[in-house]
Amino acid sequence: MVRLVAFLVGLFFSGMLLLGLGDTVITAIQEPAQPTAEHEFYEKPLAVSFPQDGPFGKFDRGQLQRGLKVYSEVCAACHSLKLVAFRDFAALGYNEEQVKTLAKAWKTEVPSINPETGEAATRPAIPADKIPSPFANEVAARAANNNALPPDLSLITKARADGTAYVYSLLMGYREQVGYKNAEGKELLKEFPEATTPPGLNFNPWFATLNIAMANPIAVDDQVAYDDGTKATKEQMAKDVSAFLAWTAEPKMENRKSAGWAALGFLLIFTVLAWMSYKTIWADKKH
Amino acid sequence: MSFPWAQEYKPQGTVSKWVDERLPLPRLVYNAVGAGYPVPRNLNYFWNFGVLAGVALMIQIVTGIVLAMHYYASVDGAFNSVEHIMRDVNAGWFLRYAHMNGASFFFIVVYIHIFRGLFYGSYKAPREMIWLLGVTIFLLMMATAFMGYVLPWGQMSFWGAQVITGFFSAIPLVGEPLRQWILGGFAPDQAALNRFFSLHFVLPFVIAGVIIMHVWALHIPGSSNPTGVSVKGEQDTVPFHPYYTAKDGFGLGIFLIFFVAVTFFAPNMLGHPDNYIPANPLSTPAHIVPEWYFLPFYAILKAFTVDFGIPFTGIILIEAKLMGVLAMFGSILLLFFLPWLDTSPVRSGHYRPLFRKFFWFGLIPCLVILTYCGAQPPYTQWVVLSQIAAAYYFAHFLIILPIVSRIERPLALPNSITEAVTGKPLQTAAA
Repeated sequence: MVRLVAFLVGLFFSGMLLLGLGDTVITAIQEPAQPTAEHEFYEKPLAVSFPQDGPFGKFDRGQLQRGLKVYSEVCAACHSLKLVAFRDFAALGYNEEQVKTLAKAWKTEVPSINPETGEAATRPAIPADKIPSPFANEVAARAANNNALPPDLSLITKARADGTAYVYSLLMGYREQVGYKNAEGKELLKEFPEATTPPGLNFNPWFATLNIAMANPIAVDDQVAYDDGTKATKEQMAKDVSAFLAWTAEPKMENRKSAGWAALGFLLIFTVLAWMSYKTIWADKKH
Repeated sequence: MSFPWAQEYKPQGTVSKWVDERLPLPRLVYNAVGAGYPVPRNLNYFWNFGVLAGVALMIQIVTGIVLAMHYYASVDGAFNSVEHIMRDVNAGWFLRYAHMNGASFFFIVVYIHIFRGLFYGSYKAPREMIWLLGVTIFLLMMATAFMGYVLPWGQMSFWGAQVITGFFSAIPLVGEPLRQWILGGFAPDQAALNRFFSLHFVLPFVIAGVIIMHVWALHIPGSSNPTGVSVKGEQDTVPFHPYYTAKDGFGLGIFLIFFVAVTFFAPNMLGHPDNYIPANPLSTPAHIVPEWYFLPFYAILKAFTVDFGIPFTGIILIEAKLMGVLAMFGSILLLFFLPWLDTSPVRSGHYRPLFRKFFWFGLIPCLVILTYCGAQPPYTQWVVLSQIAAAYYFAHFLIILPIVSRIERPLALPNSITEAVTGKPLQTAAA
């Protein structure tokens, strides 16, 4: 009885799947899927390496400090960094005084309450504060950005596939759309004449829809004056801020890797000893 | 029950004698995983995975309890509380990554454990009850894992909850009210998050309880073995301790090396980037994909594309969506009937030439294809592949297996485990 019912159920499910298979194939022949501009012209993140890559990789403190400068002078105008506190910047190599100064001098102040009247007010940031957001709320952010919402950047490099390279590629990826050809030599507007970037958006093949609301934020060399004398080329700035955002997404990465090596070392010894006792105990038993 | 030659627990000291007379807990442990449990001497490394699954559950419970001390089940605070754990709690990043990857490794070892059972026929008489309890554990694990994935309240958490609870709305008449009752609202929200947290906390202890029954049921007939031949005498077995405790210790070391390598050096490899975006009910992700361990079942769900109805009348009896849901649950539930679908008296796949062909060239590729297709966008080639693989999946268990067990001529079995191991015919056959 079990086998009879099973046979019928199996016949039903497999049969319906094969019917579906026929349906899928017929549909695919009658109405083949049309290629889309997004599918054909989207570019995967560029191959770019960072000091923190790999199992031994460590952040370059100088690069992170430069990246913070790019963030605070360029990105912070629109993008929040809600999960990071000023005190966290101690990990970038700043001392207590420098962190205090950084917090106090931050362009946006922290929302607060006037202690006399109880009315809404703002005050300068202190190290314990999270980085203040440039806009009071989503509505304000959209209103100032042509109805686009600049995403919070704290986790951006973990929230995108191959995130650090993605941020770098996106920053370096603004192109003139007219006459744009991809690596295969295909010209976008010839293949997809209707793919013209709508007004208010910017063409960038490293963005999923090819058109991004953000205007090219790193447009010219020396947009930021680096303190350590590094030449602020566009590429350097994009790289530094990508490394900085990798740190904001995973500030404990170095602890993680060093703890990982310690754990692996311990386990290696444990496993060798376990293997030796296994061999000793089974020495007289054929198995 | 045990074999008559099982070693007996003999308390030595005054204290252990005193304890043994009042609460023989050490005796229980001795008989369960100590020298008092005789085990076939020929177990291969596939028999390590039961113990490893137990270890994986313990890792999940310990890391999970500490995480729950810092987690905050609120739609406004859950995402940030996870990030607070990652950034500000001492070694919080370790607890969170270990728990997140621990779930994946729990499924990896359980899938290998199930694979072992399928190939070596561990589900056959007299071990059906162990198998039934095992499938129950698997179902509980899936429920627990799903609810755990919702807790960080990222985009995939939210939309995964939306999709999975949406399955219930496919049920005719009661579907939508049922879904709202499960969620405590019209969409996943505070009520759903709170109950998922509550259930995610308690279900692992239910799993631990079923595992106790699973191991209890195992100790009635004793462990199976790669030849599938029953234990005939004392020379076929060794005491669990020290023989298999030593072997399991080595297996545990290897398992932990893999676990640590992924947890510390590629902790987000098995996850999805979208879950680092806070849940937003107004923005649907481009591709909603479940965690990797659900992918084969997700592929089966998506493979049903045509409604079942009376031809040329337009009357639909079962909609494609409902059929997909039924098939997805059915694909797991059918495992409950496996002991009665595979009627071959030979347990081990080693001695079943026909079964082995369908197993290696049918079932295994089919599961690999389903896992792969489950993660793909609905392009024609992936839909076609998953439809073929899903059709084979049902045919394999429900049609092919019963027929194979009937027509197959198994190879000659060794007379005993000892003979299979030493190559020498049995000298002294003990009762």
